[in-house]
Amino acid sequence: MKHKTFFWFFLPTALAMLVFIAAPMVSIVMQSLFVPHEAVLIETENCGPFGCTTSTAIDQEATAALRAEKPLGRFVGLDIYKDRGHLAFAEVGEAWQNTDSIGAFFSEMGDLPFYDALAFTLTYTFVCTPLLIMLGFAIAVAVNSLSRKIRGFVIFFSLLPMIVTPLVGSLVLFWMIDSRGVLGNLISYLVNDPDLSVKASTPLMWISIITYGIWSSAPFAFVVFYAGLQTVPQDTLESAQIDGATRWQQIRYVVFPHLMPLVTFVALIQLMDNFKVFEPIVGFNAAAHATSLSWIVFNDLGGETRQLSAAATTSVLTVLGVAILLSPVLVRTWRDFRGKT
Amino acid sequence: MKMNHLFAATAMSLIATSALADCPDAGRISIIGNEFPAIQTVGAGALSCASDSVTAESNLTADHQSLNVAGMTGDPAEYTTAIIANSSIVALMNEDVIRPLDDLVAKHGEGLSPNQLVSINGQVMAVAFMANAQHLVYRSDVLEQAGLEPPTTYEEMLEAAKTIRDQGILDNPVGGAYAAGWNLAQEFNNMFLGYGGVHFKDGTAEPNVNSEAGVAALEMMKALSEYMNPDFLTHDSNATNAEYRAGNVALMNMWGSRAATLVTAEGVPQEVVDGFAIAGPMTVGGGSTPASTLWWDGWTVAKNISDEDAEATFLAMKKAIDPSILAEGDVSTQAVWLIDGYEPTPAAVGVFDAAQKGTVPYPMLPYMGLMHTALGAELSDFMQGKESAEQALQDVEAAYIAAAKEKGFL
Repeated sequence: MKHKTFFWFFLPTALAMLVFIAAPMVSIVMQSLFVPHEAVLIETENCGPFGCTTSTAIDQEATAALRAEKPLGRFVGLDIYKDRGHLAFAEVGEAWQNTDSIGAFFSEMGDLPFYDALAFTLTYTFVCTPLLIMLGFAIAVAVNSLSRKIRGFVIFFSLLPMIVTPLVGSLVLFWMIDSRGVLGNLISYLVNDPDLSVKASTPLMWISIITYGIWSSAPFAFVVFYAGLQTVPQDTLESAQIDGATRWQQIRYVVFPHLMPLVTFVALIQLMDNFKVFEPIVGFNAAAHATSLSWIVFNDLGGETRQLSAAATTSVLTVLGVAILLSPVLVRTWRDFRGKT
Repeated sequence: MKMNHLFAATAMSLIATSALADCPDAGRISIIGNEFPAIQTVGAGALSCASDSVTAESNLTADHQSLNVAGMTGDPAEYTTAIIANSSIVALMNEDVIRPLDDLVAKHGEGLSPNQLVSINGQVMAVAFMANAQHLVYRSDVLEQAGLEPPTTYEEMLEAAKTIRDQGILDNPVGGAYAAGWNLAQEFNNMFLGYGGVHFKDGTAEPNVNSEAGVAALEMMKALSEYMNPDFLTHDSNATNAEYRAGNVALMNMWGSRAATLVTAEGVPQEVVDGFAIAGPMTVGGGSTPASTLWWDGWTVAKNISDEDAEATFLAMKKAIDPSILAEGDVSTQAVWLIDGYEPTPAAVGVFDAAQKGTVPYPMLPYMGLMHTALGAELSDFMQGKESAEQALQDVEAAYIAAAKEKGFL
């Protein structure tokens, strides 16, 4: 393609990427480097239904003057990145010096919100992604071998978890695992412990959220693999059958290598998606047991506190995390590209 | 010129008052607020002013605190009024999104009693319409069966819970809104104030919760949680009420605003309806100040809206809290109204008792919201037995300090 043609062809995409991807990235980086001005506090007398008290309030005029002078706020460099809510260098260093075993060190780290969230986010990402790929592949192979008459119905049924809104889906499961819910009761019957409560146990809560994650994302893998199965070369399959390959051998040596590029694709998308895990934590009301990076951003922005700089910093760290996760794939793509030219 | 304008407007409003029963003639009213029964009544009252020239809408939701500041920051603001409490007005004050109401009170304030006007630094910033507090809600039939008197201290509550469980009447007789986050932090605040704790070092934004009172408060909460449904860290006030309605709970510390209509829902078993009883807040650790906080709920007017809309909003909201609403249906039992002509109903006993016993009002400090958030996030590890009370409180202070530094308070 001529350079000029390519330029005009690519321009709309480039503009959209600039507005919707590059600009927000610049914005979060900026916001993570600046914090609000020092609060100018004044002593006030507050009166209300319960009488008068001396209290403290923010001097709005003085604050407005400060803001007019420097609209961006105070420049603090990487201070927010280093504080306790994020990378917590000082606290990590202290924990390293004061603990005598790796286990104790990690338990100290678990007390820091960012590392606590990172631990769950990474566990979720690396447990969910391979399992949902396997499950999706298994469903795809199973559906593909069904009679055409019932295939449509089964495909629709298998897609349901993806159709259900994530928040609703997680709420449904949340009520099912309640100690008086269907699954909660069943589990406590199976392990013969009437006091067992899934919602009160951190490991069981992690397992529930991860199970939900696999359940809700497997259909995506299934759809992609099912489409891929339709393109498996029949000649190769037939010759394998003539050579006496078992069904398992056919899948292992013919189907699977053929679908390998799709596995990479699904893994890529799901790694990104799972790293951003958020809805199930809200739906399961699980903040006491599991938090994720996205949940921290939401928590910082919500409520009465609105910590924009803290939220922006966590966002930048999330972007960096995604970049690191995807780097092996990106490096490989780059090598392939170089190899071709 | 301004005087003339004011005079003209006053004359206009007098005519309007007599002709249209307090509703504004024109303008835009948009309400954001919480969703318990009394606020729904006030919201509906303001919406009744909608006409061809007056647009009125409301968004009453439990998530109002995450929406109101953002919705009032724009110019013009999306919401012309926020229904808030003494905790949440601070966020609006900090961001400077609500306007002083002195001029509107002077013009249209007849009928509002002075103790309804919430003034900060000499300026009226909100009009309060109800008082609220958390207090004891119990099942008189269960207590009677176990041969117990209603507890007046948390220590008695623990004993009562033990007796009820030992007699096999209920497995988890204590209820509590201990959901990680805002609710858990609020229960800590109650207990902490009951033990005589103060959140901040005198006159500064330095935290002061890692103290004897803080540890004692946490130990008491832990002891209570032994008698709660094991899922207590996921139970907010709605879920706790549901436990009570289902007949699983005999003793709980509950909001006055929710207690009044607790057993009016459909499907509540008859023995729960008959056994429903309330009493004042409990004390703890031999203290005389109840382990609870006093609250008012009121409305504000947004700063970034036209004078016409501000006036319309003020009039509509004032009409919504007109003494005449008390005559309608069960409105008088929905809350402890601060409206003229309100006669306390039996449902108000708890909140009145809280006020009489000198319960501390929830602190109205610019950095209290940060403390509340830090408490909500860091205390759940202790409640699960993962760390000591001292460690949890140390984490709270560290988390608060990081947030307060960012926001420029330290």
